[in-house]
Amino acid sequence: MSEHRIELTVNGNRHIARVEARTSLGEFLRDTLGYTGTHLACEHGVCGACTVMVDGDAMRSCLTLAVQADGAAVTTVEGLAQADGTLHPVQQALRDNFGLQCGFCTPGVAITMAAVTRDNEGADSGAMEEGLTQAMSGHICRCTGYQGIRRAIRQLAGVSA
Amino acid sequence: MKPAPFDYVRPSSVAEACRILDEAGGGATVIAGGQTLMPLLNLRMSQPFILVDINGIAALKGVARVEGGIRVGPATRQADALRDETLARHLPAFTRALGHVGHHQTRNRGTIGGSIALGEPAAEMPATAVALGASIEIASVRGTRQVPADAFYVGPYMTVLEPDELVTGIVYPDWPQGHLVLFREVAQRPGDFALVGLVGALALEGGAISRAGIAWFGMGPTPVRARQAEAALLGAERARIDPHAIARAAVADTAPFDDHHASAEYRRTVGQRVFARALSETLDLRSAA
Ligand SMILES: Cc1cc2nc3c(=O)[nH]c(=O)nc-3n(C[C@@H](O)[C@H](O)[C@H](O)COP(=O)(O)OP(=O)(O)OC[C@H]3O[C@@H](n4cnc5c(N)ncnc54)[C@H](O)[C@@H]3O)c2cc1C
Ligand code: FES
Ligand code: FES
Repeated sequence: MSEHRIELTVNGNRHIARVEARTSLGEFLRDTLGYTGTHLACEHGVCGACTVMVDGDAMRSCLTLAVQADGAAVTTVEGLAQADGTLHPVQQALRDNFGLQCGFCTPGVAITMAAVTRDNEGADSGAMEEGLTQAMSGHICRCTGYQGIRRAIRQLAGVSA
Repeated sequence: MKPAPFDYVRPSSVAEACRILDEAGGGATVIAGGQTLMPLLNLRMSQPFILVDINGIAALKGVARVEGGIRVGPATRQADALRDETLARHLPAFTRALGHVGHHQTRNRGTIGGSIALGEPAAEMPATAVALGASIEIASVRGTRQVPADAFYVGPYMTVLEPDELVTGIVYPDWPQGHLVLFREVAQRPGDFALVGLVGALALEGGAISRAGIAWFGMGPTPVRARQAEAALLGAERARIDPHAIARAAVADTAPFDDHHASAEYRRTVGQRVFARALSETLDLRSAA
């Protein structure tokens, strides 16, 4: 059982810690660093609640080890809004369209949306809507609030509802 | 923490990784994208003593043109391979199939080699390797070897890989410019594993099929090459091909099983229909069902 010293940034803040090899990135973010916005549920990669950005790419924090994030820049849902509280456009869109109910799946959904809108910046609204919709296959909303999420996607893509 | 305790090492060369695998005497497991292995660790279905992370080995990453084909490094992320222009231009069947592997989020971490080495019978990448005639490069302290993809898979999640061996490359042979892609997948939702799927490439010369490589996924314990269909297509004039007869021949090679998603009978019935439809569309035949 090995322990490792890791150094990474989370939402721009630098952290140095020792982790046991078997600690997942999701657990490390929540239990060691206190970024409890990242939710863990299935821990099989299926539900998407735990999705964070690692070096800009949206991925499952339950399927990555903390030790593998050594040297990485991680973004969690806490890192989306601006320091003054102004919501990220995807958060605003989810809010405007009742895209969340209990909110359990929302941190993951918001992270994926933020990564995909950034990747499709400048794309036409059809491509933006398609990209966002496709990426949502990686998220399960147990409240089944998919219509609200789709409305938020259309707002982000600039497609009239 | 869900997994049982293990040591973690991150070698920076193939030689070092092979040495670690050798010294562990079967107690080590390679981790690439972890998109399959991490759930198995979390369920304690896999309990290695040492986890060998190959993501630090630069030589295992990237897509390169080689003599007679294209070599894909096993630690290449699925998302990177999906964006790769060389693959999209020269091996469109690969790109088409890869778009169906998991989700945006799992492709950002999962690798091509992980999918190849796992040998999930319903997975797209093993069947694509079989259909296109790829060969798998393997290394260990004992030396290197190359195994054709259709001899690499021996059963569900079973390959010819020994515990001390590492997949170091997947080499896809060139296919003629302008060859056609055959692809169909039936899944319950996008990103789910296929209930039934087929992938292949067809080349035409002077109106007749000059080369055919087709494989099924989700239709047996391993990817299943549609040998009888390939044989029936070879040399056939495009316009005279009966897609239904070829589809029957294609299904004759399969050995699907019942599981809680679908029965073997369902898989055969749907497989035959989607095969005929895919072939009609790809060859632009009128008699599509
Ligand atoms: C929600 C979800 C949906 C998915 N849907 C699909 C799907 O539709 N289709 C599909 O095909 N897959 C699917 N997958 C699995 C896919 O995402 C994985 O990427 C793939 O199966 C394994 O690749 P990996 O790089 O993650 O490998 P890992 O999980 O790291 O490893 C898998 C196995 O391969 C071995 N291995 C890895 N690399 C090497 C190597 N170079 N040499 C020797 N052995 C090696 C490991 O030891 C392990 O046994 C899904 C996964 C999830 C979580
Ligand atoms: S907790 Fe990671 S995908 Fe469900
Ligand atoms: S809002 Fe409750 S799970 Fe999605």
